Amino acid sequence: MEKTQEAVLESIYQKCTANGDNIITALQQMQNEFGYVQEEAVNWYAERTNIPASRFYGVVTFYAQFHLQPRGKNIITVCQGTVCHVKGATRIIEKIREDIKLKEGQKTTKDMKFTLETVNCVGACSIAPVVIVNDKVFGKQSPPKITQNLKAYKE
Amino acid sequence: MNSEITVNVCLGTGGIAAGAEMVMEAFRQEFESAGVKNARVQEHCKLHKVGCRGFCARDVLVDVTKGENTWTYQYIQPEMVGRIVKDHVVGDKPIDEWLVGDDYHTFHDNQKKVVLADLGKIDPESIEEYLAVDGYKAAEKALTQMTPAEVVETMKKSGLRGRGGAGFPTGLKWSFCAANQADERYLICNADEGDPGAFMDRSVIEGNPHAVLEGMIIGAYAIGATHGYVYIRAEYPLAVNRLYIALDHAREKGFLGKGLFGTSFDFDIKVKLGAGAFVCGEETALIASIEGERGMPRAKPPFPANKGLWGKPTIINNVETLANIPPIINKGADWFASIGSEKSKGTKVIALTGKIRNTGLIEIPMGTPLKDIIFNIGGGIEGDRLFKAVQTGGPSGGCIPQQHIDLPVDYEGLKSVGSMMGSGGMVVLDETDCMVNISKFFLEFTQSESCGKCVPCRIGTKRLLEILTRITEGNGKKGDIELLQELAEDVRDSSLCGLGMSAPNPVLSTIKYFRHEYEAHINHKKCPAKVCNKLLTFFIREDMCVGCGMCAKACSVNAITGEKKKPHHIDSSICIKCGSCFDACKFSAVLKE
Repeated sequence: MEKTQEAVLESIYQKCTANGDNIITALQQMQNEFGYVQEEAVNWYAERTNIPASRFYGVVTFYAQFHLQPRGKNIITVCQGTVCHVKGATRIIEKIREDIKLKEGQKTTKDMKFTLETVNCVGACSIAPVVIVNDKVFGKQSPPKITQNLKAYKE
Repeated sequence: MNSEITVNVCLGTGGIAAGAEMVMEAFRQEFESAGVKNARVQEHCKLHKVGCRGFCARDVLVDVTKGENTWTYQYIQPEMVGRIVKDHVVGDKPIDEWLVGDDYHTFHDNQKKVVLADLGKIDPESIEEYLAVDGYKAAEKALTQMTPAEVVETMKKSGLRGRGGAGFPTGLKWSFCAANQADERYLICNADEGDPGAFMDRSVIEGNPHAVLEGMIIGAYAIGATHGYVYIRAEYPLAVNRLYIALDHAREKGFLGKGLFGTSFDFDIKVKLGAGAFVCGEETALIASIEGERGMPRAKPPFPANKGLWGKPTIINNVETLANIPPIINKGADWFASIGSEKSKGTKVIALTGKIRNTGLIEIPMGTPLKDIIFNIGGGIEGDRLFKAVQTGGPSGGCIPQQHIDLPVDYEGLKSVGSMMGSGGMVVLDETDCMVNISKFFLEFTQSESCGKCVPCRIGTKRLLEILTRITEGNGKKGDIELLQELAEDVRDSSLCGLGMSAPNPVLSTIKYFRHEYEAHINHKKCPAKVCNKLLTFFIREDMCVGCGMCAKACSVNAITGEKKKPHHIDSSICIKCGSCFDACKFSAVLKE
């Protein structure tokens, strides 16, 4: 493991110990730093805290927020709430998969440009269907509209 | 023009998505440039960040207040700001064609606002503005003039029931916790709003976070807790941010920390970010998550009020429940009990969405007929289509059909027709929605959110989903409806927690009221609402087709052929029924049947 990575983990460890934070918070901070939860980071942290690595994996695989694989440069999140569903979220997802050329079963494109994810509900039902690209919220989407909106991220 | 001028811009999630930040920036710039000519404008105008006012469908909403009068503009975009400033703020001519119409007032006039009273009026990032509307007066009153037992008694008398779903009486729950001997107790605010179609908790925290904190202080005092937690979804960044700001301000003022309001009572609040698991809305699962474990529920009893976080007595209250507490302390239990129906007191905040004209956040007295909510406040069905059903309570609730449109909306009323209040999401469905598909949608949700601890929920929801999927794909068999019903009842009766117990509700209620739709799918292989693609045939109407070729371009299997500028044709033997051509056609020439 690189020295810098170790230093980051050590500072997370110090901060979490001082605050009495649990392993979920520690994992959230690791993911914030590295973009995803790395196996080596978990192993390092497990050794440092004397908590079995299996408990970290139990948590990581339980909560939707954690990722064990690196994610693309742009994160596309499609809301799958009830309202988005009845207003056509499924067709939007299909259209996005086609646009960014994502194969069946894949979440991230080969060139690491895009990751497509879904979320249960972002609570912006009055502007459904909703797609979030990185931090920008696009309301009232349709298959042609999302194609248009994604163009800017393809460069 | 000596009076104060205020411009309010709606900066909720809906507002921001519609460009509210740019509108606000445009106002700033216009004020500056107009200020050269008329310094008073700049001096008197105050830019305000307000939280959600509920009518998100009309965003960006802008209020212009001059002295006593307020004008509300709808659908405002940055390029329109210049004219508003020039004509209305500097000049004195409101721009009539951009103002909201009568329906905006019908939307608001039929509501009763307790929890949402100050939303959209005060700046959620300023504690001073909350203090100006008597903020923290209730906490001060409770801590300095009432005993904890009196606070509990007031809650009992008010009839306030938990707004998170089950509707358990809040005062009673507090009294269970207070009765325990313990060296430590905890109060948790459940802001893990995970129901698809519900956004009331997010809006309350985004629009008036101090009301929730004040409710927590009062609750903590009543049960004797010195530590509180807010468990909030990480998917709500704006709410989380405003919560942190509110906590800092409250600590600076001494409303949190040691010796509150000159008493010996200590209380402080920590924020815990949820990591994305619907089941964590369940009390024992939420506690496990705060303890850093997988968020899996455990059997009750012992109830958290007796043995909760770290094994200590713990009370978990929903955001909306907590926001109701300061007004109850301020105005009294009798005032609160005078609102609402016999067994459900007070108001309910409802996220009114779906195929309805006026979508948004509303607050109504408990017991308001469903009809009034949908047709008066909601303004009826979008595009004048026919009302089919309203889905309440998210994945735990059910669908209520036309025949029950007069039903009073309260805990008992909704339960009597096989649905539930849940957190208060209301999704209106019209004739173009397929009820089997809706039922499958909710099962997909509960099946993927099932934590897997107990067998009935883990395997039962999976099997239910498989049956529903085959029905929507045209492979339904005779006896499937009965099998669904039997299995659904088993899952409901034998699951460990509320998630599994209520997961079958969407299936059971749609079979109860829309059995004919299931029969059409199974027996005739038809989807009456034309939603289930696998049961449809796509074709092109020759008289409507202009031969633009968009459909052929969209088709991924090359099933569409035709010469340019001549009607095209779909080869149904190649067609995979994906619906891309239907979406692509701008001339409504692609039909499905």
